[in-house]
Amino acid sequence: MLLKLTGLVPLFPLIGCIINGFLGLRIGKNAVGLIGAGAVGLSFLTTLFIFAGLVMTPVEERVFEQVLFTWMSAGDFAVDFGFQIDPLSMTMMLFVTGVGFLIHVYSIGYMHEEYSFYRFFAYLNLFMFSMLLLIMGNNFLLMFIGWEGVGCCSYFLIGYYFEKKSACDAGTKAFVMNRVGDFAFLLAVMYIFNIFGSIDFTTVFHAAPEKLIYDGETVTIITLLLFVGACGKSAQIPLYTWLPDAMEGPTPVSALIHAATMVTAGVYMVVRCNALFALAPLSMTTVAFVGGGTAVFAATIGMTQFDIKRVLAYSTVSQIGYMFLAVGVGAYTAAIFHMVTHAFFKACLFLGSGSVIHGLHGEQDMRKMGALKDHMPITFITFFVSTLAIAGIFPLSGFFSKDEILYHALMDGNVILWGMGITGALLTAFYMFRLVFMTFFGESRVDPHVHPHESPKVMTVPLVILAGLAFFGGALGIPLFHGWHVLHNWLEPVFHFDMASALEHSAHLLHEQGKHAPSLTHLLEPAEHNLWVEVALMALSFSIAVAGIFGAYMCYIKMPHLPASFTKGQWGYDLVKNKYEVDELYDETIVKPTLEGSTLLWKEVDAKGIDGSVNGTAKTLGWLSNHARTFQSGFVRNYALFMVVGFISLLIISL
Amino acid sequence: MEPITAPAIDLVSLAPVLVLSVFGIMVLVTDLFIGKDKSVLVFISLTGLLMGAISSLAKYNLPVHSFNGAYIVDHLSVFFTFIFCISSALAILVSVDFNKREGIKVGEYYSLILFCTVGMVLLASATDMIMIFLGIEIVSISLYVLAGIRRNDPKSNEAALKYFLLGAFATGFLLYGMTLLYGSTGSTKLVMIASAIRNGGVASEPLLLMGVVLLIIGLGFKVAAVPFHMWAPDVYQGAPTPVTAFMAVGPKAASLAAFYRIFSEAIPQLSPSWEILLCVVSVITMFVGNLGAIMQTNIKRLLAFSSVAHVGYLIIAIIAKNSLSSSALMFYMLTYAFMIFGTFGIVILLGRKGDENLEIENYSGLAYKHPVLALSMTIFLLSLGGLPPLAGFVAKFFVFSAALKEGFLILVIIAVLNSAVSLYYYLKVIVFMYMKDPVKEFDITLSPMTLFVIAISIFGTIQLGIFPDSIIALAQAN
Amino acid sequence: MLESYLGAGIMMLMAIGIAGGMVVMTSMLGPKREFADKMEPFECGESPIVSPHQRFSVKFYLVAVLFVLFDIEAVFFFPWAILFKQLGMFGFIEMLLFILILGVGLLYVWKRGGLDWE
Repeated sequence: MLLKLTGLVPLFPLIGCIINGFLGLRIGKNAVGLIGAGAVGLSFLTTLFIFAGLVMTPVEERVFEQVLFTWMSAGDFAVDFGFQIDPLSMTMMLFVTGVGFLIHVYSIGYMHEEYSFYRFFAYLNLFMFSMLLLIMGNNFLLMFIGWEGVGCCSYFLIGYYFEKKSACDAGTKAFVMNRVGDFAFLLAVMYIFNIFGSIDFTTVFHAAPEKLIYDGETVTIITLLLFVGACGKSAQIPLYTWLPDAMEGPTPVSALIHAATMVTAGVYMVVRCNALFALAPLSMTTVAFVGGGTAVFAATIGMTQFDIKRVLAYSTVSQIGYMFLAVGVGAYTAAIFHMVTHAFFKACLFLGSGSVIHGLHGEQDMRKMGALKDHMPITFITFFVSTLAIAGIFPLSGFFSKDEILYHALMDGNVILWGMGITGALLTAFYMFRLVFMTFFGESRVDPHVHPHESPKVMTVPLVILAGLAFFGGALGIPLFHGWHVLHNWLEPVFHFDMASALEHSAHLLHEQGKHAPSLTHLLEPAEHNLWVEVALMALSFSIAVAGIFGAYMCYIKMPHLPASFTKGQWGYDLVKNKYEVDELYDETIVKPTLEGSTLLWKEVDAKGIDGSVNGTAKTLGWLSNHARTFQSGFVRNYALFMVVGFISLLIISL
Repeated sequence: MEPITAPAIDLVSLAPVLVLSVFGIMVLVTDLFIGKDKSVLVFISLTGLLMGAISSLAKYNLPVHSFNGAYIVDHLSVFFTFIFCISSALAILVSVDFNKREGIKVGEYYSLILFCTVGMVLLASATDMIMIFLGIEIVSISLYVLAGIRRNDPKSNEAALKYFLLGAFATGFLLYGMTLLYGSTGSTKLVMIASAIRNGGVASEPLLLMGVVLLIIGLGFKVAAVPFHMWAPDVYQGAPTPVTAFMAVGPKAASLAAFYRIFSEAIPQLSPSWEILLCVVSVITMFVGNLGAIMQTNIKRLLAFSSVAHVGYLIIAIIAKNSLSSSALMFYMLTYAFMIFGTFGIVILLGRKGDENLEIENYSGLAYKHPVLALSMTIFLLSLGGLPPLAGFVAKFFVFSAALKEGFLILVIIAVLNSAVSLYYYLKVIVFMYMKDPVKEFDITLSPMTLFVIAISIFGTIQLGIFPDSIIALAQAN
Repeated sequence: MLESYLGAGIMMLMAIGIAGGMVVMTSMLGPKREFADKMEPFECGESPIVSPHQRFSVKFYLVAVLFVLFDIEAVFFFPWAILFKQLGMFGFIEMLLFILILGVGLLYVWKRGGLDWE
């Protein structure tokens, strides 16, 4: 019964967006904030009810589909506009609306000085709406709508401070880069439709083992295309450069969109398609290595940045890399677990950094901070708790989720992946504590004219709640003993995949094509849970985290001159500090040639031939005579010539 | 002497053509007896278009053939007739205030639009080369005059003259192509041509192929496919804005319908040879259209290039030539009509007498002065760029799916990539509207008719994006 | 197959030969005494006062175009008149419609002032 409320969840933010968007200026800031945050709050409440409803249904029936109407149908092709509620989308909905609500509340305080306060909340609500569509859609196309919708809102919100050119550029960059990923995603959707004749999740995932050959070309292409889409949205190598630039947006946006929710959509999508990825070992390996690589790569850049938000941005890229690493080794639960805990602590970190920036009147450079712990006690404590969580200190949430990923990487994957993970963990602990030490400890380097102050309650309360969640969130997945891992039991039905029958089918399909099916029985052996390895790994990762923290302590508290002597004149350091020059590389190889090609086309073919006759002289009286001359000299003749050339080339092609 | 019996003509099936012609003549005559206030003409022409649309929907057993199989009424033609009537009505609605403002006091304007619509209906219903040619000529001649209707504006003159000269040139290609087809198969009827090719009754294979190439050029010119598109930016820019909008939708749709009919009904057997040609044309059309649009600073030129790019996508539907692709073509053109009239409606609103505000720069800060207009523009542009859940996305999705069904994977990849590129320049306009400070005051008179068109277009763009099902069912009814 | 074209070919060659030959022969054999006045465009013995490339009033074109239009449409009457009996009532009504449309055209031209010279 409670499940029937599903349609309301995305409806509230949509209504909020419409009211704020159209009446925002008239109803005043308080009402705008109330409506904006209230809409998401209502969504969260409804989600809780639905959650209760889902818990009450028996485990095997925990997939609920609500079709609102047939969206489009053409011939044998039909797409519904419907929602699908299962443990996976439920988990996402809970933390998206929950964390989203807190961030909305925080924004009321943070954005209060802004003139176009209403615009901000309208976008934010629209974002929540799109994100919920993305999560709740029961088919690929609806997911894609949400996918594009969040991209659009992200674009608008990054460019929110439109007076800054960098903000506009960052917005455009994010959008265009995302489009590259979206393009792959859309192709995958079309491909899926081509093969299955449907794009409903249930139909496709049910039919997948019967129609696709294990490790076959088709499934590999589809999954790789999907993964490229995920890379764009989730800022993985090579499509990650937009995320750090996206920090031009207001801080609550960074927290909500570019840390907690939207950027993890890629992980969600891959996890949602686990039935396809399970059939494509090559893609799985790719996912794992791209994830692991990004985790380390972004962490190294994070160590060298001085902008507080950029450090967090690279940290986000790196943490999402972890999630993909987990997905790639088949540890879907671990990925979702880390996604949830990451949402808690990263949202808290971003909001905390926002609080710092707010307290320092817009200063973002860590070299101009320091010793803030006395001025902003609440911000400091919550920030510190979240930092401990992300660094992986027992018993905070990050410890459990990260450790689970590392364990699975070692057991199901290989040592290289595990090595990447553990390196990333060390670097994470280091750069996060570098951030904390530079900001809150040591000598104050704050501009003497600025008087740091603690933020108002409306901002600190969400911080405290998030810090609490970051502290205790690990309880969702207590390891070691089977049955204690709440999240695992909850998500189990979604990841149930019958490998044996899939292999049987693909052997059958191969046989029909007259090919020999390789023996893959080793895939069917159940993975053993090795308690001692896990305990040992826990101890190791704990000590790694402590080592990272100690390193940061040595470098930034004990011997502050150390990093400078370390890095001075090192080309390696400069390379990392300049973010490996990847932006420049993209500019040179992709952006410039495109623009130049376009300019060329415009200048040579268009401007000389066409504009020259129309634009330049249009306003003068001499236009006619001038024009008559140019006319006789043959512009139309040129066009006609062009047509003849086209004719001849077509004729040549047709031969 | 035997009495000559006239060929069977089903007057009901011809109703739209007759109604539109009669109303066109009525407008012409009425204009002679009224003064400077042309609102009566607007009323008459809108009534005519309404009646034309209604008469096209008259229910009978489709398809109906007339004129010895030179004319057909089937779902394709009914649907397109409907699109033509809607788009012409929208064109007249956006013209009213524009013409008042710009001092275009010519009554012929309205009758030309009606006559042009007659030509479009003929074009979409023709199953004979001669009838197709007739339709194309009626449409083109009306357009030549419409493009130059602002007699005292040199740009408008230039547009008309260029369009006319090149159009005549292209007509030559088209006619030559038709002749070669007739010469090598012995018939001008699409069905007979097809059967001649099927049964080996082709006199000369090379001449037939040459005819196909010439047809591609003639029709390619009419739909503004690269490399026969050179007229489009000039003419779009020079023609009065409502005429530009009109040109970008109706006549283009009509030519595409004829294009589709010829290639899918007369020469499907030759598809191995023309598929590659159309693929090449489609790909370069998309690239030139999109890359050309990126650098434009004038909104009308930008939209001209964007419409060139859209033709590139639409040719894909012709290449695919399955049942899905014909309905995709219809659906695409309907959504395109709404998007284009919405966009141009806003462009018209933002102009004022003597200064049309056509530079994209002039759109700076529109979002602060007129948030609803800016939002509408954003919706239209994003829909043109193919962003879900707007109508443009559904339309593109259909066309691409149809092509994918026939296995044109590479072509679809290129098309999707292109539509990704296209967002770049649509976004440019949005960036100006939302993220720049105004360069000058907006002095806008919100004329009710134009606002009405924008409202309808918004409704269409969103409605067809979220609930496209009923329309698709209609397009699919064959 | 080509043989059947032989006669035509010979005929064409002869035509070209005679026509070309006459042009060439006159220019070769004719007497030539050139002086300035003779090279002027001939205007009844008067030296020309204005350039012959003058702009005509658009009215001439208008009349010419209208003439061509109505003339060609009037030509349709001839076949109709010859087959009048066979075409019967249908043909008669059709032609009445045709004349009506033509009449509307005439009315339009008239009222628009297309027939006024001044």
